[in-house]
Amino acid sequence: MSLGDRAWAAVPAYFKANDVRLVAGLLLGTYVLYGVSSAFLAAVNNASMANAVINEIASITFLIAVYALLALALNLHWGYTGLFNIGIAGFMAVGVYAMSILAASPTASPPGLGLPVPVAVVGALLITAVVGGLAALPALQLDADYLAIVTVGLSEIIRLVLNASYFAGTVTDPEASGYNVVDVFGITFGTGGGQGISTPSSGPARAIYETETGLTPIGEVVYGAADAAGVGTSVVTDGTYALVLLLGFVTAYYVLLSRIGNSPFGRVLKAIREDELVARSLGKDTRLFKIKVFMVGCALMGLGGILWQGSYGYVNPNTFRPIVTFYIFTALIVGGAGSNTGSVVGGAVFAAFLLEGPRQVAGLVTAVSQLLFGSLPSAPNFYAAMVSLDPLTWLGYLVDSVAYLKFVFLGAVLVYLMQNRPDGIMGHRKETAASVDLSDRTVRGNGGESDE
Amino acid sequence: MSDADDGPEQPVAATPPEELAETQDSGTERAARETPPSIPLRVRNLRKRFGGITAVDGASFEVEAGSVTGLIGPNGAGKSTTFNCITGVHEPDGGAVYFDGEEITGLSPPEIANRGLVRTFQIARELEEMSVLENMMLAPPHQRGEKLVNAVTPGLRDDVIEQEIELREAVWETLELFEIDHLAEEYAGNLSGGQRKLLELARALMADPEMLLLDEPFAGVNPTLEEKLLDRIHDLTEQGYTFLLVEHDMDLIMQNCEHVIVMHQGNVLASGTPAEIRDDERVVEAYLGGEV
Repeated sequence: MSLGDRAWAAVPAYFKANDVRLVAGLLLGTYVLYGVSSAFLAAVNNASMANAVINEIASITFLIAVYALLALALNLHWGYTGLFNIGIAGFMAVGVYAMSILAASPTASPPGLGLPVPVAVVGALLITAVVGGLAALPALQLDADYLAIVTVGLSEIIRLVLNASYFAGTVTDPEASGYNVVDVFGITFGTGGGQGISTPSSGPARAIYETETGLTPIGEVVYGAADAAGVGTSVVTDGTYALVLLLGFVTAYYVLLSRIGNSPFGRVLKAIREDELVARSLGKDTRLFKIKVFMVGCALMGLGGILWQGSYGYVNPNTFRPIVTFYIFTALIVGGAGSNTGSVVGGAVFAAFLLEGPRQVAGLVTAVSQLLFGSLPSAPNFYAAMVSLDPLTWLGYLVDSVAYLKFVFLGAVLVYLMQNRPDGIMGHRKETAASVDLSDRTVRGNGGESDE
Repeated sequence: MSDADDGPEQPVAATPPEELAETQDSGTERAARETPPSIPLRVRNLRKRFGGITAVDGASFEVEAGSVTGLIGPNGAGKSTTFNCITGVHEPDGGAVYFDGEEITGLSPPEIANRGLVRTFQIARELEEMSVLENMMLAPPHQRGEKLVNAVTPGLRDDVIEQEIELREAVWETLELFEIDHLAEEYAGNLSGGQRKLLELARALMADPEMLLLDEPFAGVNPTLEEKLLDRIHDLTEQGYTFLLVEHDMDLIMQNCEHVIVMHQGNVLASGTPAEIRDDERVVEAYLGGEV
């Protein structure tokens, strides 16, 4: 029995009974760990405990939600259909940039189309779907590994085009030598180039509490309560947004993708993953299925990008480096490719423990040693730390380097998982690709109809 | 031997001479028009080259409706390539394939399968990470839920579910017929070789075919299961299905097929009833490795 099996066996049966309990249990556990740790840190630093705890939980919820969204979208491509799409960052970029350009004011620098934000978001999804459809065309001819090269190449092309100064739209005077506004049939816009571009909103949840002139009725109540508890307003809006992402969008993605998966459509996708020639020999035109899956999956990645990178108020092309794609792949692998619940669990575990965990632990270690031994000595480099022969210096060096060491940790976890739990931390899961329970043989029974 | 030269002039034992003459001097359309309904599959002068190797070199034959026809020949005779050309996996370099009087040469595998010509594979290709039930449910053609909109939209999904319940019933009946219903929940990848062959045939049947092309259906199957498979094939023939089997086992073909086509070096060497084939010295020579 491997360590992973033991860990899974230690999870109480109550949580394993159904997927909602499992995810809720995981989130609860995460919140308890983060809550206790941030409360401790706040106590040590004499900061407001409620503010620190809520802030920490809000930020971890946000990360869990966005990684879960993107892992779910990727699961449709890779887990279900076996399409090795490693251009996720590129599709996210298309979504965020399309939204930003559509929504930016025509008089801004770079200029945009000035559409209302909801229209811009829908437009961005359509554009991402079209770009995804185009990316799928080579997929019709190519085997998995070549498709991977095409998608990662496309992703980099998108990023570099967005980075290029030719389309930046920052020099709006047509007479100037550096004029770089894109002009398509009189519609002018720009990408911002390397300087990046403003996204329509920083703090999308703020609209619930604030109007341009003051507070909404809800805002007055909530902000009042938050103020009494010592919680800042930005923490309240961030927390609200994270909660909307988790409860609204992750749930919507999950329901949509479960419906796609548990249907005859999803069955053909699974068949494509297993053996495309068999599917074709049974009369399924797999090319159509692949194009559709690419369009839907890419649109979902675009929306994931919008909800994540589009929520900071500003974005630049370097946000969409291929490393983002690999993070999302890691999240999916950790949770278990092919399973929608696995995607959510993977997103949560990746964000809370692999990505943010090391930083949190380092913070705790620093605080504890501060209490015990005073502040940790810091060494300028590895050699200096080693030759000091002082365990505290070693510890200090470790804590200082945690931003880099977390990648080593990430790699080690991946290697371990690949060898011992290739189906993800929850092990192999059977999500039957049908809208009814296939084992149930009643012709018009009650048991078979429920699909969710 | 006379059949060493390629071309449509190749005399084929089973084809009536006058019909053959007609096919030769008429265009492909005429051949299509004249394909009688009792001949669902007609292959004319099929050619396929891979680089310098000519795998199929002017093969012509036909399969009668409601028959079990065997396609035999030594290794490298071009049987599997012929199969792949008929089913659209390979595009032939020349010649024509007609199914139910319509030319299907060069169509894609799904188009051909949707016309009712469904194949199985030499090495059973199961969808291993899918259960036996899922494998079976995949096959029925034109399912409502194969359209993405129907699968996800609340109102439309009810129709999908209704159809799935009907299909589920048909799937269980077919599994019972093939006596693999006890394996229904199992992953296809966990089945034995023989069980896979049964599943593959059952799955092909769910695709609502008119004619089934079976590529070595008995390879690696134990005698009990082989008997079971043969019984099913004979039952289905009585129900009106047509079979074309590619097989290595000469005895098996001779005992179970009404009609046998022998391929050698990319074209049809002989064609006729098992008795005629047994007495054909060219066939004996080809199998015993005589100079051709």
